[in-house]
Amino acid sequence: MSNIAKAFENGKAFIPFITCGDPDLDTTAQCIVEMQKNGASIVELGIPFSDPTAEGPVIMEASLRALTGGCTTDKVFEMVKRLRTELGVTIPMVFMTYANVVFSYGIERFCQKAKELGVDGMILPDVPYEEKDEFDAICKKYDLDLISLIAPTSNERISMIATEASGFIYIVSSLGVTGVRSKITTDVAALCTAVKSATNVPCAIGFGISTPEQAAAMAKNADGVIVGSAIVKIVAQYGKDAPAHVGEYVKSIVDAIK
Amino acid sequence: MPDSKGRFGLHGGQYIPETLMNAVIELEEAYNHYKDDPEFNKELTELFNEYAGRPSNLYYAEKMTKDLGGAKIYLKREDLNHTGSHKINNVLGQALLAKKMGKTRLIAETGAGQHGVATATAAALFGMECVVFMGQVDCERQALNVYRMKLLGADVVPVTSGTATLKDAVSECMREWTTRIDDTHYCLGSVMGPHPFPTIVRDFQAVISRESRAQILEKEGRLPDYVLACCGGGSNAIGSFYNYIGDEGVHLIGCEAAGRGIDTFETAATINTGKLGIFHGMKSYFCQDEYGQIAPVYSISAGLDYPGIGPEHANLHDTGRAQYVAITDDEAVNAFEYLSKTEGVIPAIESAHAVAYAMKLAPTLDKDKIMIVTISGRGDKDCAAIARYRGVNINE
Repeated sequence: MSNIAKAFENGKAFIPFITCGDPDLDTTAQCIVEMQKNGASIVELGIPFSDPTAEGPVIMEASLRALTGGCTTDKVFEMVKRLRTELGVTIPMVFMTYANVVFSYGIERFCQKAKELGVDGMILPDVPYEEKDEFDAICKKYDLDLISLIAPTSNERISMIATEASGFIYIVSSLGVTGVRSKITTDVAALCTAVKSATNVPCAIGFGISTPEQAAAMAKNADGVIVGSAIVKIVAQYGKDAPAHVGEYVKSIVDAIK
Repeated sequence: MPDSKGRFGLHGGQYIPETLMNAVIELEEAYNHYKDDPEFNKELTELFNEYAGRPSNLYYAEKMTKDLGGAKIYLKREDLNHTGSHKINNVLGQALLAKKMGKTRLIAETGAGQHGVATATAAALFGMECVVFMGQVDCERQALNVYRMKLLGADVVPVTSGTATLKDAVSECMREWTTRIDDTHYCLGSVMGPHPFPTIVRDFQAVISRESRAQILEKEGRLPDYVLACCGGGSNAIGSFYNYIGDEGVHLIGCEAAGRGIDTFETAATINTGKLGIFHGMKSYFCQDEYGQIAPVYSISAGLDYPGIGPEHANLHDTGRAQYVAITDDEAVNAFEYLSKTEGVIPAIESAHAVAYAMKLAPTLDKDKIMIVTISGRGDKDCAAIARYRGVNINE
């Protein structure tokens, strides 16, 4: 069983996301330390991409700030190394980035390095089931989980995707791009039931979740909850002082879903 | 033709969020159903001929030919189409398809505004809702087209993210489509994006070379030696090339925008400066940095100001079947003025890139050679910008 799958064994999992390099990689690293300290089960590390077509304005702007600040794939790798060797982060880490970031680095070179540094998987929102083999074959070789996404529009595709999934399944709660939503209108319970009838791989819901109440409601249906934009917003607001605030926020969600 | 997974050689594919997968599958199924449907094709041909003014003329540019002193030059006059460019060919096809699919709303990206105007036009004709995404920078340099779109009843949304140009407009369209799929068709304007768009757009634009082939055979009794077209995403170029791909003697030349030069960062010449990557739903060549971050490209031409190229072009380049040359802003502006003065045809600044290469190539060729240059659009929209480029201030 992969480290990612194991992270779902102690009750509901909370998976916070952070854009690496916003405002700088030291702050990102400290935020991740705080996330672990406050009960995060897995952390999703966003490697910034210039043109993130699945993101709403919050993560788009954070990505741009990170790139403008000089963040690169190699610098993110260096930070991961520090997290594992110096900062005591032991929870699973998954990269969340776009196909071109991995492809241009060399899929093999990227996966080899990720594994070597202690990364457990990756999420590529612009690589659907039809295109995954090119990435998944190499992920498997390095024992990385390529996380599959299932959307409210997936319908009859659900079982095809779910039966080949590894690590966890990322259930997209809503149509549209990432970002805080006041209300999630999709029938999430039905979506989770359909996924669960096709696989034993744990599933986590993301997109649009920001409050502890929303997280608690989502956790009733799924094995875990993912929060991105709400955390990136906190980082944008507090800058270098963000780690303590991020820790506090993570605790509020963890308490709500346990 | 692409393979079953929408690949042209290495290129193409469907690199899009899961949320959109069923939408592109539905589109592919609908297209496969209608593309050989006699009723659909009859309706489309009627729209082409009765509404858009096709077939477009293949005009012998005698003065230009004599002045350059080499190959015999014909202009394929897509600038004479309704709405002023080749964009209407694709849009009428997609709008008709969308209508058959029961869609009531069209969304589109636009660079120079020509595709946006064409989409707004088709939406008006078919009684559909229309939203056009256009980079803020492009809204400013193509203000006239923004007004035209609004006049036609479309909403124009200025895009401020990234470089606020064509690539950001495409990104924003993809985001919008994931938000509202049921009633909305994304009327993509070039031979790019995820499968099946590169094939659908190619097929609707292939009317350009279907006509030019018949026209040149009638006028000259033989095929041309060269076909030139400007190439950003590459829709007018693929349309101009498509029916000659099997004719080995016909040289196919795509003219990319070099901006201030391919040795500078201010360029949009993808084949000449880009490398293999994955972006906007497709694998193809892209201008990008060593970490795969998409480059902030530049060209005086808003329609060619795009960091990628359609997958079929990438494959035509790989196989050597087509050649891609780079033309600078300066060369394009000179050609814009040259064609206006020599033939009384004001070409779009995009098309002027093809004219510029014709001006270089024709004098080096024998007089018995024949060249077709596609004038993809008319240049009225560019007059204010070219005047500014020349230091003349005019009020639009």
